[in-house]
Amino acid sequence: MTGIPVEHLLIFSALMFFIGMYGFLTRKNLVTMLIGIELMLNAVNINLVVIDRFVYPKQTDGLFFAMFVIAVAAAEAAVAIAIFINLYRNIRSVDVEKVNEMKY
Amino acid sequence: MEANTVIWIFILPLGAFILNGLIGKHLPGRTPGWIAVTAMGAATVITWIEVYRFVRLDEPAFYQHHFFTWLNITARITIKAGVLTDPLSLMMMAVVTTVSLLVFLYSIDYMKGEQGYARFFAFLSLFSFSMLGLVAAPNLIQLYMCWELVGLSSYLLIGFYYQKPEAVAAAKKAFIVTRFADFGFLTGILLLSGITGTIQIEELNHFSGIPDFFSQQATFLGLSSITWAMALIFIGGAGKSAMFPLHIWLPDAMEGPTPVSALIHAATMVVAGVFLVARLFPLYQAFAPQALDFIALIGAFSLLFAAIIACAQTDIKRILAFSTMSQIGYMMLALGAGGYAASLFHLFTHAFFKALLFLGAGAIIHVVHTQHIEQMGGLRKVMPVTHVLFLIACLAIAGIPPFAGFFSKDEILIAVYAHSKVYFAVALTGAALTAFYMFRLYFKVFWHQSKEVHAHPAPVLMMVPMIVLAVASVITGFTGFNLFYPLAGHHDFTVPFTSVIVALTGITTAGVLYLKKREKPEQRPLLYRVVQNKFYIDEVYLFVTKNIIFRSIAFPIAWFDRHVVDGFMNALARVTQSFSQKIKFLQSGQVQQYAWVFMAGAAALIFMLMFIVR
Amino acid sequence: MSSAGTYLFYFFAALVLASSIAAVTSRRILRAAVYLLFALAGTAAFYFMVDYFFLAAVQLLVYAGGIVVLIIFSILLTSDIHEKMEKPAPLKVVASLALVLTSFGLIAFVISNFDFMPSGDAPTKLSMREVGKTLLSYSEGGYVLPFEVISIVLLAALAGAIVIAKRNPPAT
Repeated sequence: MTGIPVEHLLIFSALMFFIGMYGFLTRKNLVTMLIGIELMLNAVNINLVVIDRFVYPKQTDGLFFAMFVIAVAAAEAAVAIAIFINLYRNIRSVDVEKVNEMKY
Repeated sequence: MEANTVIWIFILPLGAFILNGLIGKHLPGRTPGWIAVTAMGAATVITWIEVYRFVRLDEPAFYQHHFFTWLNITARITIKAGVLTDPLSLMMMAVVTTVSLLVFLYSIDYMKGEQGYARFFAFLSLFSFSMLGLVAAPNLIQLYMCWELVGLSSYLLIGFYYQKPEAVAAAKKAFIVTRFADFGFLTGILLLSGITGTIQIEELNHFSGIPDFFSQQATFLGLSSITWAMALIFIGGAGKSAMFPLHIWLPDAMEGPTPVSALIHAATMVVAGVFLVARLFPLYQAFAPQALDFIALIGAFSLLFAAIIACAQTDIKRILAFSTMSQIGYMMLALGAGGYAASLFHLFTHAFFKALLFLGAGAIIHVVHTQHIEQMGGLRKVMPVTHVLFLIACLAIAGIPPFAGFFSKDEILIAVYAHSKVYFAVALTGAALTAFYMFRLYFKVFWHQSKEVHAHPAPVLMMVPMIVLAVASVITGFTGFNLFYPLAGHHDFTVPFTSVIVALTGITTAGVLYLKKREKPEQRPLLYRVVQNKFYIDEVYLFVTKNIIFRSIAFPIAWFDRHVVDGFMNALARVTQSFSQKIKFLQSGQVQQYAWVFMAGAAALIFMLMFIVR
Repeated sequence: MSSAGTYLFYFFAALVLASSIAAVTSRRILRAAVYLLFALAGTAAFYFMVDYFFLAAVQLLVYAGGIVVLIIFSILLTSDIHEKMEKPAPLKVVASLALVLTSFGLIAFVISNFDFMPSGDAPTKLSMREVGKTLLSYSEGGYVLPFEVISIVLLAALAGAIVIAKRNPPAT
């Protein structure tokens, strides 16, 4: 494990982040966009842990940061899904392109 | 004089105003009227107690007290609200409170059942408060404030029947015309206080500060700046007192309820201009004799002018309005001629008999439901008491002894005679005309053949004030005024004799012409028509405002405003609008587009931080 | 650590990335959710490898067990799982790919050019007990404040989610 260069780990997490971003940008269904967001959050967690574990192994803050991120992600997912359900009830759809009430 | 007693003179009417204004609508029946009358009655009693103390010489002739400081501007100029009592303001307060009380009492029944009964009494109370504040003002700023307040209450009361377009127009006219004059007043105050460094009337009248100024000898158009200041102040007074050429609002102001005309447009507010000049009379006399000449000229002209117009009017209230203007002309003339006490004496007596005339007119209108004197006649049988009271008032204003008007007008005539023979001739002619038009009115209304008028006796509450005023119209010639000013007795009977002869001539002429109803000639002489149309002064104003101010000044400015100023703004708006139309597709409402831009921005930021800024 | 661990990491990394890609491209929505589950589980495996057992457990419990289940529920409630989702518009794909690849290039360049200097300390072994103590510690390095804040956030989110998802009362 220690033999892996930090760069590889970071590239890995960056890849995951941008895959999530791609999903967020292209998917039409709000739930699948949420999946993209979860991937991005997860990538951030990996990043935190990597820096913690491979650059400053004495500190353990990355662990706690990651845990808080997970907690926030859970809260955010719960609220997001509540919104989806409400939206679905109102317009019978969770298509992001149909949700354009903020249009000019 | 106790400050905490005197303050009630002002607080009570103000309280009645607030009470009636806020909750009057919900009070039953005539309660608002009784509230106002009670407050005013108490204020009147307090005033007369103060007068009594003053007469008994328990008190110094001059007293000044400040209730509170309103503004601190400089060490010398601080604006305080307070009260200044000297014979002049005491007399004015006595007149204002007494006439107010009687008119309030009269209005209780006169206004019964009117829409806005409580509003009426609220405004009346406001007026009395402001007028008292005006006459008791110890400095020019308080005077000016109350001056505007009486103008406001006058506006509100003229426009009392605000559903009537004529009333609204009259209210506006009164307000705007007096505003113009008040502008002169304000300028005069500022100029005067700039010259002397004080706004305290007491200091002004003792000339503090002025001698320093006089060493500078600043002049403008050949007149010293203090003369200009005093003339400007007089213009304010001329506006309020309906002096030519600012008189045009007064006849129209008769659109208001008759008690209002009696109180505001006959007895108290319109004489504010006289009061103002009297207030600063020492200054006028010492430093602005040219201004006094000007006042005399305006007064003389107005008195004759209004008297002539009054001879040809057919509306009972308008005749009285022009008569008021004419009488105020007498007062102004007397002031200009140096007859200070004579002027105030006439103010004092005039307040009573003119109020009586208006209240009588109100009683007549109440019965016959018209203001047109051609449609009246024979009322002496229908309403005998009113007839007698009205006759007393007519005799008083015509200057027949022993009624009050004779004495006061006599004083004026003597003062004017000493000043200038020309003005004396004018005043004498005015006296003849006064007698003539008053008795023209009297004969037309009370004589001729009887009309079918079913009279209901006027309510007691309306009769009592009229009777009190009639008594006052008789006795104030002998007593009352000398409480405040000692009048020099005179032993030359030429002037009074002449004036009585002249007045009797006027009455006789009126009797010959109008005692018998005559067929009216259809074709009136040109002069008569000119007079009836008030010398077309209103038309001149209309011409000036319409053709000169509106068409050649206001229209180009309006055009400039509409096309250049607004055009610039509109162009700006149009550019903004078209630009936003072009870019509004950016606000697509598509979250993913926003996210794309956001993330691209973040990437660009990273790029900049890594490679450009470093 | 052994090279076997290294290979294991690359294996899991490949698995995670592959399932991530599948999660954002699959046109069957339920499958996308399952691929997400794989990606998250793979991440948990990575945490195990770096000895963060507690974090790995949390990852599995909260992410895999909680959020993914939540997502699947919402899919079942709002979407037809038999239907294939339509392909994203080509313009969108191109624009997103361009942005994503550019940004990734930028980040990768930054990462590869940055000189990481590992401190070389021995990794701290964290027992579960110490994690708990640190979370509730209010001395230096303690996390009691964020802990409390996050609990309030969770409470608020809970209440908010209920309010939002609740059926609207009929308009009166």
